[in-house]
Amino acid sequence: MVRDGTVDIGALEAIRRKLAISSIRATTKAGSGHPSTCLSASHLVTALYFGGVMHYDPARPDWPGRDRFVLSKGHAAPILYAALAEAGVIDLDPMSLREIGSPLEGHPNARKVAGVEASTGSLGQGLSLALGMALAARLDGHDSRVFALLGDGEVDEGQVWEAAMAAAKYDVDSLVAIVDRNGYQQMGDAHKVMPLDPLPSKWEAFGWRAIEIDGHDWPVVLGALQEARERSGRPTVVIAHTQKGYGVSRILQDPGNKFHGVPLKADEAEAAIQEIESA
Amino acid sequence: MNIGTGIGLELGDATRNAFGEALRDLGDSYPTLVVVDGDVGNSTRTEPFGKAYPDRFFQVGIAESNMVSVAAGFALAGRKTVTASFAAFLTSNAYDQIRMSVAFPRADVKLVGSHAGISIGEDGPSQMGIEDLALMTSVPGMIVLCPADAASARCLTARMLESEGPVYMRTGRPKVPVVHPEDCDLRIGRAATLREGSDVTLIACGLMVAVALEAASMLSDEGVDARVLDMHTLKPIDADAIRTAARETGAIVTAEEHLLDGGLGSIVARVVCREAPCPMGFVGLDNTFAESGPPGELLEKYGLTAARIVEEARGVVARKVG
Repeated sequence: MVRDGTVDIGALEAIRRKLAISSIRATTKAGSGHPSTCLSASHLVTALYFGGVMHYDPARPDWPGRDRFVLSKGHAAPILYAALAEAGVIDLDPMSLREIGSPLEGHPNARKVAGVEASTGSLGQGLSLALGMALAARLDGHDSRVFALLGDGEVDEGQVWEAAMAAAKYDVDSLVAIVDRNGYQQMGDAHKVMPLDPLPSKWEAFGWRAIEIDGHDWPVVLGALQEARERSGRPTVVIAHTQKGYGVSRILQDPGNKFHGVPLKADEAEAAIQEIESA
Repeated sequence: MNIGTGIGLELGDATRNAFGEALRDLGDSYPTLVVVDGDVGNSTRTEPFGKAYPDRFFQVGIAESNMVSVAAGFALAGRKTVTASFAAFLTSNAYDQIRMSVAFPRADVKLVGSHAGISIGEDGPSQMGIEDLALMTSVPGMIVLCPADAASARCLTARMLESEGPVYMRTGRPKVPVVHPEDCDLRIGRAATLREGSDVTLIACGLMVAVALEAASMLSDEGVDARVLDMHTLKPIDADAIRTAARETGAIVTAEEHLLDGGLGSIVARVVCREAPCPMGFVGLDNTFAESGPPGELLEKYGLTAARIVEEARGVVARKVG
């Protein structure tokens, strides 16, 4: 929430909790989905849409001069839907997630949902899509930004680095990659599945400006994303260290194998929601 | 290669060249169109466009996956986009990007795969796109084009750019015989009848159209009157033309510079089986990679010849009912 140019962090945190709870409720109701990855990205997504980072018009989601958000880690779809509903971009019930006939599919479908810029779910493609959008905006003379949110496991994909090279070649400083470094992927500890460290210097070696942050610290998250908006002559990556299942102790006990792509049971979900609300 | 010389066909330009010239010539008609290249623009012939419109030509290096998704990003931001590579690399390496970045959101991306078939010759099997038509017709909503000669490649390039949404067009490396008039007016999804006939229909695409015309001439010497269709659009397939051919001639032979699995023959057979069953024969690559060699000798060795089409045609005519 931005009032008179300053961000009301209390109000922002209230929205974040709402989006987190929506993600938990929707996946539990659907009986499938990825709540823990929504929680790790909850500050990032909330900051983008409600912290004054992204410039967009909820009433005109196709405004050509808008900033764009590409959820490259498409399995975090529930929190994107919650954000779009909260912002008033869509008038769809996030609780219809994954139901047959619902536009709110398990992974985002740009053909069906306003405000969803790209259809994602096959990991590794979102940064390239975002790069194409950023290059198009430059040709069109728009002073807009494109933000792409990647999972840290997703960064294993070679295409991410193909896109990184090309973005640096074209000095696309309107492109911002955000890596949700929650440290876990499907088969467990991301550092074991495929070591990526030193991650910031890898991006820097590819010609990017890298900003490494605590992805759950409001002033830090907001400051980094505003800094990333500033044109520096290079594309920017924000590497956000996060917790998979942030705010929910049931998931934090075992964020690896057990809670990747697994919804909370009804009683666990109620406990998690209480925990989030009372934190 | 000496395809069609026996029946007086004139050797024309390669389909890749015709595509490249048409793309450049249409650059002003599509002022927002962009082209994305993966370091093969001088092979696929997107380079002339790049020279004419450098601000709308993007070079992303040897990285087909990124190339296709970047093209989709442009399209999702409102710009019609052409991206090209060798058919083998474009459709195999970047299949998932074609599926998810382009086709699923119905991005207005025109994919052009050059160096298709085995007629590229000496560079060998790694460079030969022999499964691209199967892969691309398997993508929901994809329009799949395979021009036979330079004039039709120019025409289909224009048709492709007029269309909205995902299109794949296959082009070839070698010069190919002229089978269409310079000012041909082809329509997507409408087969072109190049020769009328009543005993059997030869349905071909790409350079096999010229081979089929040669075969028709040979069959004529045997008293078999063959119809020849240029099935330049594999998807959406012209079911009307196939049904009519099956009913009027009672026998069909398909010919393609592609694997028999999932290509033109399979698509035609599905229509024939469902709508007008008749004996069918198939000419194409049979479950094999090819090898390095001169294009003409390769076509000969792997059975992509007029003689093979004639043989298949005799067989289906003999099996005709009634």
